[in-house]
Amino acid sequence: MTEPVAASGIASLAWLLLALPAFGAAVLLVGGKRTDKWGHLLGCATILGAFGYGLALFFSTLGLSPEERVQNVHLFNWIDVNALTVEFGLRIDPLSLTFVLLITGVGSLIHIYSIGYMAHEEGRRKFFAYLNLFVAAMLLLVLGNGFVTLYFGWEGVGLASYLLIGWYQYKPEAASAAKKAFLMNRVGDLGLAIAIFLMFNKLGTTQYTEVFSRVSEFSSAEVLAITLLLLLGACGKSGQFPLQAWLPDAMAGPTPVSALIHAATMVTAGVYLIARSNPLYNLSEDGRLVVMIIGGVTLLIGCIIGCAYDDFKKVLAYSTVSQIGYMILAVGLGPIGYALGIMHLLTHGFFKAGLFLGAGSVMHGMNDEGNIRRMGGLYKFLPITFVTWTLGYLALIGIPPFAGYFSKDAIIAAAFTGEGWRPWVFGGVALLGAALTAFYMTRLLILVFLGQPRWKDLKSEDGRDYHPHESPLSMTVPMIILAVGSVGGGWFLSSGGRLAGWLEPSLGELKEEHGVISHGMVGILTVVLAVVGAGLAFLLFGRGKQPVERPARVSFPVRAARADLYGNALNEALFARPGTWLTRALVFLDLKGVDGLVNGTAALLGGSSGRLRRLQTGFVRSYALSMLLGSIFVLGALLVVRFS
Amino acid sequence: MNLLVAQAQQIEAPQIDYGAIAPLLVVLGAACMSVLLEALLPKHQRWAVQLVLTLGTLVGATGALIFYATSERPAQGVATLAGAIAVDSPSLFLWATLLVLAFGSVLLIADRSVEPGGAFVAQAAIRPGTIQDRAQATKTGMQTEVFPLTLFALGGMMTFVASNDLLTMFVALEVLSLPLYLMCGLARRRRLLSQEAAVKYFLLGAFASAFFLYGVALLYGYAGSVKLSAIATAAAGTDRSDTLLFAGFGLLVVGLLFKAAVGPFHSWTPDVYQGAPTPVTAFMAACTKVAAFGGILRVLTVAFENTQWEWRGVLYGVAVVSMVIGAVLGLTQTDVKRMIAYSSVAHAGFLLIGSIALTPEGTAPGVSATLFYLLAYGFTTIAAFGIVSLVRNSDGEATHLSQWAGLAKRSPIVAGVFTFLLLALAGIPLTSGFIGKFVVFSAAIEAGLAPLVVIALVASAVAAFFYLRVIVLMYFSEPAPDGPTVTVPGAFTTIAITLGAVVTLVLGLWPTFVLDWAGTGTFLS
Repeated sequence: MTEPVAASGIASLAWLLLALPAFGAAVLLVGGKRTDKWGHLLGCATILGAFGYGLALFFSTLGLSPEERVQNVHLFNWIDVNALTVEFGLRIDPLSLTFVLLITGVGSLIHIYSIGYMAHEEGRRKFFAYLNLFVAAMLLLVLGNGFVTLYFGWEGVGLASYLLIGWYQYKPEAASAAKKAFLMNRVGDLGLAIAIFLMFNKLGTTQYTEVFSRVSEFSSAEVLAITLLLLLGACGKSGQFPLQAWLPDAMAGPTPVSALIHAATMVTAGVYLIARSNPLYNLSEDGRLVVMIIGGVTLLIGCIIGCAYDDFKKVLAYSTVSQIGYMILAVGLGPIGYALGIMHLLTHGFFKAGLFLGAGSVMHGMNDEGNIRRMGGLYKFLPITFVTWTLGYLALIGIPPFAGYFSKDAIIAAAFTGEGWRPWVFGGVALLGAALTAFYMTRLLILVFLGQPRWKDLKSEDGRDYHPHESPLSMTVPMIILAVGSVGGGWFLSSGGRLAGWLEPSLGELKEEHGVISHGMVGILTVVLAVVGAGLAFLLFGRGKQPVERPARVSFPVRAARADLYGNALNEALFARPGTWLTRALVFLDLKGVDGLVNGTAALLGGSSGRLRRLQTGFVRSYALSMLLGSIFVLGALLVVRFS
Repeated sequence: MNLLVAQAQQIEAPQIDYGAIAPLLVVLGAACMSVLLEALLPKHQRWAVQLVLTLGTLVGATGALIFYATSERPAQGVATLAGAIAVDSPSLFLWATLLVLAFGSVLLIADRSVEPGGAFVAQAAIRPGTIQDRAQATKTGMQTEVFPLTLFALGGMMTFVASNDLLTMFVALEVLSLPLYLMCGLARRRRLLSQEAAVKYFLLGAFASAFFLYGVALLYGYAGSVKLSAIATAAAGTDRSDTLLFAGFGLLVVGLLFKAAVGPFHSWTPDVYQGAPTPVTAFMAACTKVAAFGGILRVLTVAFENTQWEWRGVLYGVAVVSMVIGAVLGLTQTDVKRMIAYSSVAHAGFLLIGSIALTPEGTAPGVSATLFYLLAYGFTTIAAFGIVSLVRNSDGEATHLSQWAGLAKRSPIVAGVFTFLLLALAGIPLTSGFIGKFVVFSAAIEAGLAPLVVIALVASAVAAFFYLRVIVLMYFSEPAPDGPTVTVPGAFTTIAITLGAVVTLVLGLWPTFVLDWAGTGTFLS
């Protein structure tokens, strides 16, 4: 790990990255309706400004030698009490800069897209305020130079995510989805918070530099505990098993939100957390194994459920769950995988954001219809969307030379390294996932863009005919730019170990190990399996007429997948029901015990008050008498005290 | 003849430190001038002239005080007028407190926008309920004598807290009390209630003054002097009758506790607070409390510090009684002014805890804490009564609590400010009330009064209930259909309420400055 140096030059202005979007959010929220006319422009301008500054910072850092690329910007002492000093500062290093470019870059595109997408919304200004708030919090999360600053950003993005999922608050499902996301994130946040407490308890500090340089002071059990607790936090934020159920529901929010927060940036915060804490994970083999298991389980769950859903965005959401599973699996591999996880995170950020924007564009043209069974044959009506979406699709299923091939193939190859059962299990799971991904994505492609136009004879829920049409420029241009990234991003980042070399000061050197299957073989297998998965989907869905209503009589696996593989039932049993019982018990205790005591005291006080009150008769004579009695008491007591 | 001249020459004219007592002289001089103006000016000019004079006097006296306090002066204070007046750090703090609180009260007294013509009757001599009385109810004039009366009362209070001997203290007590009795009877609305309050206050005040005076006489018999320091010196010796000392102390303290509205000598408080015109209630609740506790602090720490083991237990009991009476009886009050009156009885108990927090080493950690509490409580109370004067129906102020139901829906700002003030009275953090209780209770624990602090905390919790009840009533009840309206206050009342609320907030957030200032010195002994 490279020790940070004090920031100088352009890097010392890094607070601008936080200040610009925060300023935008503040103006839009405080300014109220007065900012309605130009609010969305201000929102975009602040993010573009942050992106521009981020680029400048990136190139200036690129000009430094690798030893100088980790810089610390001290802003102020945030918490300064006896035992705890929390510095509020920013850590400018290759890892955080990578995230800054992703967040502000994709963020800018999605802001611009939102101008068109949200044009008919009444509170568009507030939407942009929340988006700006999100970007500010997310940047704080990745730029903070300690775990407490990270936690601040972590909670900030949680808040923004809650506000934006519940954007259509008049829809009950949006309101409950927002609540669900918030509550399930709490479970994860608890883990993160306890991990921070443990660090403080042992080391008396929560700054990255000090924690990471003193990791040797932890016992192995403590490291295991901290890594597992951090993983719990990552599971909550990144929708990993067993806390994955909130992410598909979160699709109730507007599509740009799904693209930015619930696909490209926020949900990858867990991957960032684990990659950032790599000195801790390097020490704990067991901790990393748990990370890999969680990643492997989640990627399979995501794929399987993704095959069964009929909602455009929910399929994409489960696809996100499964792709983040890949990333978690990669960072769980340790030094051979950190950089691979981040690379997949970047390419995924591009193509998944593009896929979501495409979905948004389709829904925008289809009266906000999200059911893919009511679509079909749309390629004629939305040509640009179709082309960009298909490029994202090819990237996701990992067809060379598109972006996903480079990043996913590298993770699968890395999963095949090691000894004993592990390479076969994790490698096998990753390969199977690739095949399933190709299957459900092809299904999506066929049902939405190809085949018969099933929507012709139908009306949307509000009774209108469907008139699919291409979206305005403000929406298509971001999609085109993201599609370019989906095509070339993977090759660009991976050729010559470009990204891995750049991230070395933050994540350490990317080690290469020879797997049980050669890398070339893995590449061939991945592509073959993807083609098989896609071909299967063509055979199943590409021919004949697809029913508009989803078939009710299906086999058990499909039923299980439609029920989220009983993930909600699991959560219900694990968290909700014990919580309910605990609450009931507490209510009982409160009613019988505490309330009884309180009410009894209140009755006693009230009763004595009512009785004593009668002494206040209103007659001066009785007042004088009470004074006299008081005086006798005072005098008597004084004399008794003195002469006894 | 020669003999008389010779005798006259033996009495030396006392040295007077005019700089030290300048604030006092300004206030009392202006009071005399104010009486003259009342006699000489035509009726329609009086209000404006009196108001300018009174506010100018308060500003001038504060200026003189600041000038003296910042100039070169002896650190332990000076005794001037042949030792009758002690101008030391606590005196200066109390004078400043009294002057700023009086400024707020005078703003409330002077307001004529809330009630056309002001809260005071146009002609007090007309009998209530007669035809002439009904005729004058619509007149816009008021008895502007209330201004000189306020100044005299204020002068008395300032003398009272600085008195270095018991006789001066008694004279000051009468100077502050007599104008207050009159002011209580000057309400424009509900005149019978107001006059009844005045008579009750006068009778019971006279009763208490008698106790005080008898106590002074006994103490003179004990020490051969009315000087506070002489009593302390005499008590340090052992050959005198302790019966005289403690009987004298007891009677003296009863007189003081009466003025401070400490239970069980509080019985006048609810009736008088309810009956008096609300601006006068604010003046009494804030300034009289400051003056009375200023006097109690000085008497206890200067004259009776070395006999504390004999009397501390008794005042301990009195403080408990006062807190319990205030907290418990406040629970069932249905009138907002009476509720604040009982709250003030409970607060008097808390203040008494600070006053008796003396350590065996002879230090008095409670003095600065009590001084701070007095300042904080005074501002909160003035603002609270300012709000009470705004909630009105056709009969005048709507003080019955049921009429306050749902007030927040009609007037969110007024309800919000009143909520904040009630929270301050309850001692919730971020308000001056919390800091005040905190410093008083810490001082009491330092002085070994931990059990008393526990009782005080329980009493605070009980008292918090009736403050919160009003908040719940204002926010969660449906407004009564014929409920009161909230008058839009004029500049004077707005300034007074804002001043009180802002000081309550500021002292809750940054109390250090005032706490440092309150702790700069001790009483001159």
